[in-house]
Amino acid sequence: MSAVFKPHETFRNDFTFRNSPEAIRRFPLPFVDDQYMYSVNIEPHTAGPKGSVVEFAFDVDEHYVAECRERALVLAAEPLRYQALPHMMSAQWDCLELIMESLARDYPVHFSLAKRANRWHWINRPLGIDQEFTFGDPSSLPREPLDFITRQAQGDFVVMDQREGDLWTEAGMVTTPADWSLDFDVGMTFKEWHGPVPLAHELGVFDRALKFLLNLRLGQPVRRLNWTMTVNPRLDTSPENYPKWGPDRTTVTKQNAGDLVHLRVEMQGLWRLPRSNAVMFGIRCYLISVRELSTIPKWARRVHRALKGLHPALVDYKGLTRYRDTVVEWLAPLDDGSPTTPGAAPD
Amino acid sequence: MSEAQTLEVEVTAIEQVTPLIKHFQLRPVFGESMPAFSGGSHIVVVMRTPTRVYRNPYSLLSPPHRLDAYEIGVRRMEESRGGSHFMHDRVRVGSRLEIAHPVNLFALDKIARKHVLIAGGIGITPFMAHLEDLHEERVPYELHYSVRGREHAAFLPRILERTGERVRMYYDSEGQSIDFDGLLSNQPLGTHVYVCGPAGMIDKVAATARQWGWPDSHIHWEQFSAPPVGDAFDVFLARSKLTVHVAPDQSLLESIEAQGVEVPYLCRGGVCGFCQTRVLEVDGELIHNDHFLSDAEKAKRNTIMPCVSRARCKSLVLDL
Repeated sequence: MSAVFKPHETFRNDFTFRNSPEAIRRFPLPFVDDQYMYSVNIEPHTAGPKGSVVEFAFDVDEHYVAECRERALVLAAEPLRYQALPHMMSAQWDCLELIMESLARDYPVHFSLAKRANRWHWINRPLGIDQEFTFGDPSSLPREPLDFITRQAQGDFVVMDQREGDLWTEAGMVTTPADWSLDFDVGMTFKEWHGPVPLAHELGVFDRALKFLLNLRLGQPVRRLNWTMTVNPRLDTSPENYPKWGPDRTTVTKQNAGDLVHLRVEMQGLWRLPRSNAVMFGIRCYLISVRELSTIPKWARRVHRALKGLHPALVDYKGLTRYRDTVVEWLAPLDDGSPTTPGAAPD
Repeated sequence: MSEAQTLEVEVTAIEQVTPLIKHFQLRPVFGESMPAFSGGSHIVVVMRTPTRVYRNPYSLLSPPHRLDAYEIGVRRMEESRGGSHFMHDRVRVGSRLEIAHPVNLFALDKIARKHVLIAGGIGITPFMAHLEDLHEERVPYELHYSVRGREHAAFLPRILERTGERVRMYYDSEGQSIDFDGLLSNQPLGTHVYVCGPAGMIDKVAATARQWGWPDSHIHWEQFSAPPVGDAFDVFLARSKLTVHVAPDQSLLESIEAQGVEVPYLCRGGVCGFCQTRVLEVDGELIHNDHFLSDAEKAKRNTIMPCVSRARCKSLVLDL
């Protein structure tokens, strides 16, 4: 998709973020059914339909420039949102290579990458970056390789080292988290990192997910969707900034719920990295207001039912306790009770 | 995993480096360079003969930064079912082979304070790639390389060039052997030990290290078992509703694949556990040859690694 960038939209203060009708139609709705429950919903991250969010390895959409600017604002205030332990340097270069090669191949209008042996030349036109550097030599870049490239990508990134039969969260760029903190979690094992998630441990989800990821193969990335809700189109819902966004939850009314409350979907991708044998975890966040998604009649019915029937433990864990009922009430008039067609795609 | 994921390569050089080991260079046919990989990785080489298909795992011994070609070393196995004989006798410069993407089940621990590498015979191959990585790091290491005799010391010139003083050679024919107690009783905290070689050597290293109080997380080993030969038997695949005959020199996995049923695999050597398959019924004995299942799991008789394990039975039903 060659989207028209909207460089001036904001994810804080005046919240001018909006989705175009095209962006709404390609939104990755996570509800494939009227009922929602966890599953190990992992599928191969292969090229999807043209124009969809999974057409390419890394989706660049109309919010690209604005999201990169938002990231820079977060980092200026809180540099520890980017961290990498010293033994993760080879994984950093792996990530840089994967992202640069993918973007240059998939969006040649916006990005280009030329290589002459270890001398690389990277051009990012939307952000006005023109950088020559030596692959493998950190001193040839203005920042560490992972920091450098993830400032030019949408979504958060976590890099996990594989050792002792576990995955260790040991590098990352996390400025758009759904209430979790890299600074707090860095150095944790896979299950420690996912400790707060309710129900899933008992269901054995993390045992199976870890076993699967330890065997993740080079050249065969996978993806899954996860979701929560956020009041206002705020990307940075971090624990560090809870005082800024936590109180927003008390502002939802039956009148404003459609505009204030946003479904927040994470397209999570997992790649085995070649030189480091680490795993890169991409968490790409998509936001859509309840009013925007309700412009698709099937989605109004689907989301109404999925939210209404959500397990109480998930309502609490996802932080929806205060306003879930209000959103359900807002959507109720748009659900005539007629069946929804299978799958998540708009009719 | 699936055949669609293999890469076509051409054999561009073959060298007999010891009486038993041949060194192969593989260049990409599909593009300009091979996928990047990490030290300790192996590839599965697919060998198609008119009568059957072999898929054997071989460690990559080329430097991980070298991507114009991969290098592997293949030891001719006396009791071969055919894979290593095929590589030795049939493959020529110019032959085309298929390989699967590299998989690493034997990586160096990135936060180790020191590495002790122990190789026996052909077990040197994964360490060849590790040595390249270690050469660029400041973490200390030592390599102990044991072979039958001087003529069996594969790749020694390259090793000496990389490691200098840090390799110690042991020649069986000259009465030399590794003093595992001496080696493992006196290492700094944070040291990791890695062993690749014959089963006896691996068992000895692991037992000695445990005896001296090493945590299991600091003991690493890799050994790809070739699927042992055995009696022929029949297996019924419940979901595919197919009966498959397993010949004496064929593995269970190969027999199933020959019928067009895909089983996900990674190592094909009984190490990774990826091909673990549920046993629904067995009238007879399961012969577990893998290094993955615990004795307790084996005793339950409800799961099997078809890459190396087989059965001596009247009937066997698998959940495939």
